[in-house]
Amino acid sequence: MEFVVASSVGALTAAGVYLILRLRAFAVILGLALLSYAVNVFLFASGRLAINMPPILSPYEDLAYSDPLPQALVLTAIVISFGMTAVLVMVALGAYLESEDDRIDLEDEAEEGDAPGEVSKL
Amino acid sequence: MNHWIIAPVILPALLAPIIGFVMRHDIPLARVASLAGTGALLAIAIGLFLSAGGDPQVYYLGDWPAPFGIVLVLDKLSALMVLLTAVLAMIVLVHAVATGWDARGWHFHALFQFQLMGVIGAFLTGDVFNLFVFFEILLIASYGLMIHSGGRKRMRAGLQYVVINLAGSTLFLFALGVIYAATGTLNMADLAQRIPELPEGEAALVRVAAILLLVVFGLKAALFPVHFWLPATYSSAPAPVAALFAIMTKVGAYAIIRVHSLAFGPDVAATGGMISDWLFPAAIITIAVGAFGVLGARRLMPLIAFSVVGSMGALMVAVSAFEPAAMTAALYYLVHSTFAAAALFLLADLVVSRRESDVLTLRPATVQNGLFAALFFAAAIGMAGMPPLSGFLGKLMVLDAMRAPGQMPWAWAAILIGSLMTIVGFARAGSTLFWKPTALSGEPVPDDGADPAEPAPEQARAGAAEIAPTMLSIAALALVTGFAGPLSGYMSDTSAQVFDRAGYVSAVLDGGPVKQAAEKDKKAEGAEPSQDAPADEPADGEDH
Repeated sequence: MEFVVASSVGALTAAGVYLILRLRAFAVILGLALLSYAVNVFLFASGRLAINMPPILSPYEDLAYSDPLPQALVLTAIVISFGMTAVLVMVALGAYLESEDDRIDLEDEAEEGDAPGEVSKL
Repeated sequence: MNHWIIAPVILPALLAPIIGFVMRHDIPLARVASLAGTGALLAIAIGLFLSAGGDPQVYYLGDWPAPFGIVLVLDKLSALMVLLTAVLAMIVLVHAVATGWDARGWHFHALFQFQLMGVIGAFLTGDVFNLFVFFEILLIASYGLMIHSGGRKRMRAGLQYVVINLAGSTLFLFALGVIYAATGTLNMADLAQRIPELPEGEAALVRVAAILLLVVFGLKAALFPVHFWLPATYSSAPAPVAALFAIMTKVGAYAIIRVHSLAFGPDVAATGGMISDWLFPAAIITIAVGAFGVLGARRLMPLIAFSVVGSMGALMVAVSAFEPAAMTAALYYLVHSTFAAAALFLLADLVVSRRESDVLTLRPATVQNGLFAALFFAAAIGMAGMPPLSGFLGKLMVLDAMRAPGQMPWAWAAILIGSLMTIVGFARAGSTLFWKPTALSGEPVPDDGADPAEPAPEQARAGAAEIAPTMLSIAALALVTGFAGPLSGYMSDTSAQVFDRAGYVSAVLDGGPVKQAAEKDKKAEGAEPSQDAPADEPADGEDH
């Protein structure tokens, strides 16, 4: 099981990093989503992998238990990354509608700066 | 338990939704509420600052004992940072209201308050995962502030800013997962206690986590090689927001000071001097990047943004030594560079909005050219580190602290040459902006592109309320200079407390309310081991 979890985290991370390095905003968003999935699975594994164990101590007998804290951390991380992805989609949409293309890099600063008519729209 | 410790987090947290939902169509009302809230925050911050003189004070959220519940810790360092945030927030807010920036888009005041909540929470928390949560709060508010009032360039720079910070947040989570897997705790005091005791086999995991955290905090603090987002972001953001962001880079610096000196300091066997070894060259290169950026900038806003990068480099050079004298210098320089950056951005807003462009080419002088020139001169010598302002004293203290033979040539050369290049850059920008236009005496400029026959539009003179925030930032620089003696004395106490790890650990872990009550019970009725033993077992848990 360790192999499956570890390789899935690795595959998700690799795909996420590859997509983040693309030039299009949509691919970058997908990449960040994949990275956040990878980190969620990774956080789960940080409490050691356990199957069919309650996330609680038993006062009556000495049972094995799974660590409940990473589950709480993952829950927090999922909520935050979900919200952040929503914000990112909206910002990317705004940038796309303003500039008519979804490239993620900025124009050459110097060229833009030389044209006196092109003021930073304050 | 001092309940005021959580007040600066709760106040903006309650105020922001009220402003956002109830007052969103009523700008005057939102302004009054936001100003009143920030004023109250300033009062609370002053009160906390005055009460933080002794040992660290700990606030146990929900009365949970220390390694299990979340704690807020108020010590000299966090009180200082909270006060700095509140003062800066007041200055920036007055500027934003006076210049009407807050009315050029939606929800400025609500986002502003959320931003304050995140920044102050990050300064106060004593738990690494909680630090992550407050980072996310301040970031999500900063995304909104960054793209406030929109525009094509700003939206695209904003998108980059969001992406780079989301990638940073993912790294932060990976680091936290590694730390929890290795140590079983995320409480900073508990980490400081456990990491030195870890067996040799776990040390590699701790080193990975320490470096990951350094990258994440370095991203916030704009350290080389993860500084590249800052110039584009700060120069595209609305100027008051850029001035507020002066505290955001300091959040990264604070996190490095707090977490890395507590848990991964030079005396910890697992990490050793590794953090210094990486941080020092990164900081040196950051100074170089900032200096070359200032020299090469062709527009005013990127020029100021690069000078911020350079000042973060000088700050992190001092931090990288991880010893009290250098930390004293770093903290003094931190306060100075926050106000210097804020003064420059606020002044740039006043000038650029009248010049209608921040490109450093000749344009007709603005109506209050002399005043703006004087203010720019003061702020620029503050930022560049020339006497008589506090930048000079701060850099002098940093130089004085960096006398270790391996570091001195690099640090001295980088800071001195970097300062010289910054002076040249600012002098050139200042002469283009303020001096040469006086020779034009209103004549149209050939490369302006404007129609010479067309009369220049009437420029609105900046009123007292618009200039006051810039003046206040420069006055703060003067105060930091004038009271350099008492202030550096306080900083020296602060840095002594930062490196007093035993004091921090015992304040957090031994003072728990439930623990005290339990001890009282034990004394009263005698211990019952059969009941207590299983409850003590999961010592690696913590509630979030």
